[in-house]
Amino acid sequence: MKNPYVPYPVRIDNTVVETEDRNIKSFKLRFLSEKDRAAFDYLPGQFAQLSVTGKGEIPIGIASSPTEGDHLLFTVNKVGVVTTALHNLVEGDVMGVRGPLGNSYPFDRMKGKDVIIIGGGYAFTTLRSTIVYMLHKDNRPDYGKITLIYGARTPGMLLYKETLEEWSKRDDIDYNVTVDREAPGWTGRVGFVPAVTEQVAPSSDNAIAVICGPPVMIKFTLPVMTKLGFTPEQTVTSLENRMKCGIGICGRCNVGPEYVCKDGPVFTMAQLKEMPQEY
Amino acid sequence: MMKYKILKKNDLSAFLDALKERYKIWGPRSEGKQIKFAPISDAGLMCLDKFQNSTMSPKNIFFPQSEIMLSFRRSGEDANIYKETENKPSTKAIFGIRPCDARAFFLLDMIFKNDQFTDTYWFSKRDAATLIGLGCNEPCSSCFCTSVDSHPFGEKGLDVLASDLGDRYLLKVLTEKGEKLLGGLSFLDDPKDTDLAEQKALSKKAEDTLSSKISLENIKSKTVLQLYNQDCWSEVNEPCLNCGTCTYVCPTCHCFDIQDEVYRDGGVRIRNWDSCMSWLFTVHATGHNPRPSKKERVRQRFMHKFKYIPVKRAGEIGCVGCGRCVNLCPVNIDIREVVKTMNSAK
Repeated sequence: MKNPYVPYPVRIDNTVVETEDRNIKSFKLRFLSEKDRAAFDYLPGQFAQLSVTGKGEIPIGIASSPTEGDHLLFTVNKVGVVTTALHNLVEGDVMGVRGPLGNSYPFDRMKGKDVIIIGGGYAFTTLRSTIVYMLHKDNRPDYGKITLIYGARTPGMLLYKETLEEWSKRDDIDYNVTVDREAPGWTGRVGFVPAVTEQVAPSSDNAIAVICGPPVMIKFTLPVMTKLGFTPEQTVTSLENRMKCGIGICGRCNVGPEYVCKDGPVFTMAQLKEMPQEY
Repeated sequence: MMKYKILKKNDLSAFLDALKERYKIWGPRSEGKQIKFAPISDAGLMCLDKFQNSTMSPKNIFFPQSEIMLSFRRSGEDANIYKETENKPSTKAIFGIRPCDARAFFLLDMIFKNDQFTDTYWFSKRDAATLIGLGCNEPCSSCFCTSVDSHPFGEKGLDVLASDLGDRYLLKVLTEKGEKLLGGLSFLDDPKDTDLAEQKALSKKAEDTLSSKISLENIKSKTVLQLYNQDCWSEVNEPCLNCGTCTYVCPTCHCFDIQDEVYRDGGVRIRNWDSCMSWLFTVHATGHNPRPSKKERVRQRFMHKFKYIPVKRAGEIGCVGCGRCVNLCPVNIDIREVVKTMNSAK
């Protein structure tokens, strides 16, 4: 029997402070063992439990794409005990990763369709993974038009600035990055995500939309999606809840009968309509 | 494999002595005001003849209230690497498990394993144990096992079912493990037809004594949201103190927390029983809590047992009708009444 609770040991390769409030940091991790790396077979949308010895574990979405090579990328908001301890680790430190956990975005269903990625704030991590994955030359032919709508409060709060810069130069992704209000030096779009979505008006014809962001963004974006003709089955999101085991056993992240850790975190809006709003 | 044997109560001591070579023997013991499942060195220590059920459920045998999962060191070559700790449970023969608690083991077997993951801490201990259940000749007034797919002489989860026929036990072998346990023991007799008939009569009589009958028909047919949105939850939760007693004594409650503990130059990762009655159970690091008040937490406990588990586990009800929570709730919340309310609400 394989013990599902043992984290793989990894070493921090480097860290990047992503945002101007210095609260969000990315960690590039490398497995200490090649065997562990090979066993960690994941798809965008999945998450892992990050361990800091003596502090505990936290579930964090995987921000890297399996197409990017051997490392893993996690972007962590400093908010609780473990994330604060994690922010204090430095290059070369050893920590634990347990996963991959949860389902992924529905790539089977997305194949052959247009994909609209809508993200807000720091809920952009697994969306980064998704876009990198779909834009990879081996995968790009599988998808139709890819549209990105990503918003942050200020230019300094956008994640992955270098990656965004690269995407903005490509012609195989409709790139729409926006900030809430005008800012010095910002020449891109200005406006909230729901309004920008209405302007960009992606077609719902043979399309799937993936939406991740703060609850208020999702609340005002969903009516726009409905107006554009997206059905609840075509609209996908990812949930977060407090977790411990991450494997559908310990009993706290459930939303109705569904465990966010095991049956999710990715659900369609059609599924969420049948579930209590306990998230 | 259906096979019956007779064990005379006079032979119980010799029987246990013979098993001791192969098994660590566990059974119900009276300790102060409590009855506990514990290691037994002598048959006389068991209170098989005079117990209705253990005070706490026996789930702790396989799922201890606190259990070390992993360990780590803070310095040296393997610093900050979590390692498995030694996990070789003893081979146990456990006597006197009541059929309700055995069905709880059957349920927890389903929960501690899913299509992707197996909880090795549960199964290493569970697989190493052989369960000799004891049918209930006299169910308690708070028992309601027959309403929730259990029975005073139910067999699910057991390896052997023993029925108390006065001066002897009728043993029914249910699994290979059970067969292995009883194999080669000379003082077991073959039963007479009258023994089997006597057992049947006992079983029928116990079933008839169970006065508590609750219907789950509407709970089964209504959707999750229909049950979740019922008005009754505002009233059901009112007397609850969120003390968590029900979750600790419950044989099917299995929620746990995982924590790190630090010693001088290392530490351990442990898991502890947790309770959905606690505010902390679901609160996010941001302060947001998806189950912010007593109402949501009380609703979660009953919905989990009577709707969420059945939805996910092929209709199996997540309650076994042992009645411990009925007996021990400090404000007399009676799960049978709650379920009746759930079942009858519009």
